[in-house]
Amino acid sequence: MPRIVKQKIEFEGRIEERDVVIEGDDLPIWSADERFTVVGTPVLRVDGRDRVAGRAAYTADLQPAGMLHGLALRSPHAHARITRIETRRAERAPGVRAVLCHTNVPKIKWWNGMSWVFDPELRYVGDEVAVVVAEDAEAARDALDLLEVEYEVLPHVVDAEAAMRPGAVQVHPGGNVLGGAPEQYERGNVDQGLAQAEVTVELTVRTPDQLHHSMETHGSVVDWSAERLTVWDSTQHIFGVRRQVAAALGVPMDKVRVLSPFMGGGFGSKNGAGKYTVIAALASRALGRPVRIFFTRIEESQAAGKRPSSVQRIRLGARRDGTLTAVDYWGLSNVGAYRAIGTPLSGPPKELYACPNVRTDTASVFTHTGPAAAFRAPGYVEATVGLECAMEALADRLGMDPMDLRLRNFAEEDQVQQRPYSSKFLREAYQLGARGIGWARRSPTPSHPVRDGKTHRGIGMASQLWGGAGSPPAYAEVRLNVDGTAEVRIGTQDIGTGAKTALAQIAAEVLSLPVDRVTVALGDTDFPYSPLSAGSQTISSCGPAVRMAVEEARRHLIDAAASVLEAAPTDVKLTAGHLHVAGVPERKISIAELTGRMGNFTITGRGFRGANPSDVTIRTWGAQFAEVEVDTETGGVTVLKIAACHDVGRVINPLQYTSQIHGGVIQGLGFGLSEDHVTDPETGNVLDVGFDAYAVPRLSAVPEIEALAVNIPDPVANNLGVKGVGEPPIIPTAAAIANAIANAIGVRITDLPITPMKVLRALGRVE
Amino acid sequence: MNPGPRIQCVINGRAQELAPPPRRTLLQLLRDDLHLTGTKEGCNIGTCGACTVLVDGRAVLSCLFLGVQLDGRTVETIEAAAQDSDPLLDAFIEHDALQCGFCTPGQIMALRGLFRQHPQASAEEIRRAVDGNVCRCGAHLRIQAAALAARDGHRKGG
Repeated sequence: MPRIVKQKIEFEGRIEERDVVIEGDDLPIWSADERFTVVGTPVLRVDGRDRVAGRAAYTADLQPAGMLHGLALRSPHAHARITRIETRRAERAPGVRAVLCHTNVPKIKWWNGMSWVFDPELRYVGDEVAVVVAEDAEAARDALDLLEVEYEVLPHVVDAEAAMRPGAVQVHPGGNVLGGAPEQYERGNVDQGLAQAEVTVELTVRTPDQLHHSMETHGSVVDWSAERLTVWDSTQHIFGVRRQVAAALGVPMDKVRVLSPFMGGGFGSKNGAGKYTVIAALASRALGRPVRIFFTRIEESQAAGKRPSSVQRIRLGARRDGTLTAVDYWGLSNVGAYRAIGTPLSGPPKELYACPNVRTDTASVFTHTGPAAAFRAPGYVEATVGLECAMEALADRLGMDPMDLRLRNFAEEDQVQQRPYSSKFLREAYQLGARGIGWARRSPTPSHPVRDGKTHRGIGMASQLWGGAGSPPAYAEVRLNVDGTAEVRIGTQDIGTGAKTALAQIAAEVLSLPVDRVTVALGDTDFPYSPLSAGSQTISSCGPAVRMAVEEARRHLIDAAASVLEAAPTDVKLTAGHLHVAGVPERKISIAELTGRMGNFTITGRGFRGANPSDVTIRTWGAQFAEVEVDTETGGVTVLKIAACHDVGRVINPLQYTSQIHGGVIQGLGFGLSEDHVTDPETGNVLDVGFDAYAVPRLSAVPEIEALAVNIPDPVANNLGVKGVGEPPIIPTAAAIANAIANAIGVRITDLPITPMKVLRALGRVE
Repeated sequence: MNPGPRIQCVINGRAQELAPPPRRTLLQLLRDDLHLTGTKEGCNIGTCGACTVLVDGRAVLSCLFLGVQLDGRTVETIEAAAQDSDPLLDAFIEHDALQCGFCTPGQIMALRGLFRQHPQASAEEIRRAVDGNVCRCGAHLRIQAAALAARDGHRKGG
């Protein structure tokens, strides 16, 4: 019988109290010495063949018969009001079937009620003005030029600090601070802590807007020509899209089906429905044909979300032995024109180190720039640069080894929620990572800037703290076919992480089947509910539900086998695809023989994700170490190696674990050294469109990456002992690189990305 | 759109007579007209490599190549590489040289083009061949390893 209880849930760096439904008893946790044959092995991607052969049909590849193409006209102004829009010429253009805009589309709330799907007030360069739907993409694009729009241009603000000043232009009637006021936290007394300090360091840190730039851009294909509305969407949350679309269009949820069988990356930018999804649905209903709206790469640069830029000031106070007496942190996050959730910059400074006196003062600030979105460990990536660079600056000031300083201030328990951690193997990560980089080789940081024009090497490190525990709800189903193969159905999505493979491994393990006898079907809201693929939670939320479903099927198999083998169910064991009587190995029957005998009487199983323990905090931990070479003549930085070691509980698939580490490190490398989304302050225009001016790392910039895992199961987190690995590896990379650069050249650069020009400026070699 | 001049070409081993409108790119022609959607559109402005195919055995960005330029030429896409079991496909799977897989056909076709010209390409040549192919998931090192393995497999197999 389900019970509803209140529980604190951590998600994407924020803690909130939520109702949690407890349906029954969870399974006992797989113990640390449990022996596996499939779990923990490097199983190849189960859908790898489809993806490499080009036959995996992504949403962008779908071409249902009669499909039309939609394309948006976007605001050329950072802030303006549409005073007149004339659509007739466009509507009469060859191939054009419809033009949608605020004058002919009902008001549908969007951006958490801050705006409308078509809002006559435009709040960033790229805000949607109108959408043309036509027989092909060129006809739609040509017709955009025929739309006549007059704008009343309004004053704008694009800089977060400017938006905070009294008298600043207001982006929304509620003011420029998300939630109405900065978020403040204090424990102990920071002023006293600073007074007690024998040494203090203070840093100002700037991090840029970072664009997700998933290779598959944002988009949907929608067919509402029948009663049921079908949405194919490149999304990280099919159920969220269904809820949003149903609400926006006033359609019952059972009449909306959302599918995302293959997905070309999201990194947090595809956590919900887009306006394009709703607009395509409206057009499809009006025209009785499927409609496709996909962003161009240029739109992806303007309107698809971004990791918001930050400005941070951090002050650390410490005793001569390195003991922290105060952490004082201030940060602004420029979340653009629309954002519902504040950026959790305060997470790392509050929690990463033991300190009695901590103060954080952070605000998410609206500006007339593209809307921010979650981006792989939102807030934590930015704030880790501030905190971990300050820690190494403090170590340098004290003449201490930065690792010793971190160990000196090791947080043994969660000081924010005042409870223990479920597990914390950060010391192990420090040890393994230090060995990987050769930390013992690190020389002390030069006390003066090194500007001799030669190349110099340096080593730096940074720590990582993040959630990744996952939580309920998530559900899974399994059925066994007549031939003994198993099909798992779960309404999650594989956004490229390999979730499908890891879930297949869990099912195969429990049923003692080879992975190729198990099919995991996902990406369809006709399957059981699963949460969004974000917050590093897919395996930690969905994996336990899959295990419970297949455990139920396994029990049914054993019961059925017991009657055939004339034994008590407790005496029947399932190993290597066979059910046999304990102690009598010749009395056995294979799964396929048993299900074959049952014919179409089908063994099924259903599983749910049990609740998290309520008395502990579950975190992922890790550390990365960087070795760099800095050319003090050109300012160029070459990263030679990153050693990354993370504690994410039990590793289900070491091959895909390593792939996740590579992915996080490489995105962190871009964030640290090259990626910079630039908005012109005069016009609010985005200056980097496509991949020309926006420099994502290419193979030639990628260093050696040593991916290490602590790989100790969490003793209480969930029935698998797993935590998530999606986000942890991006968190410390840029901070570790920045620290390595400082260690090489004796100047600390905390204005990211650390370009050659900034290096030369810091060295005083250019103005 | 009005059709353009008639052209003859070979796409994945099949002779085709086409009349692409003047603006139609090879990418659109493959994906929208011939439904060969293994070739991906990543940027449509020649900055990402996701649409890489072979024209007369050389890797080109199909978003920057017009359909009308195809007369008398031979095109190969990822579907052809899959059809003739290019060892790069197996190598990519074995080395987990993909995550979301959206850039993968382009990566494979860039390397297939390289190996067509230089079966014994050096590690540096391999790096250069895929440096223009964006992978946002970060499979770069795995792609390099898969390429080296595929090359050395060629060598073993003669």
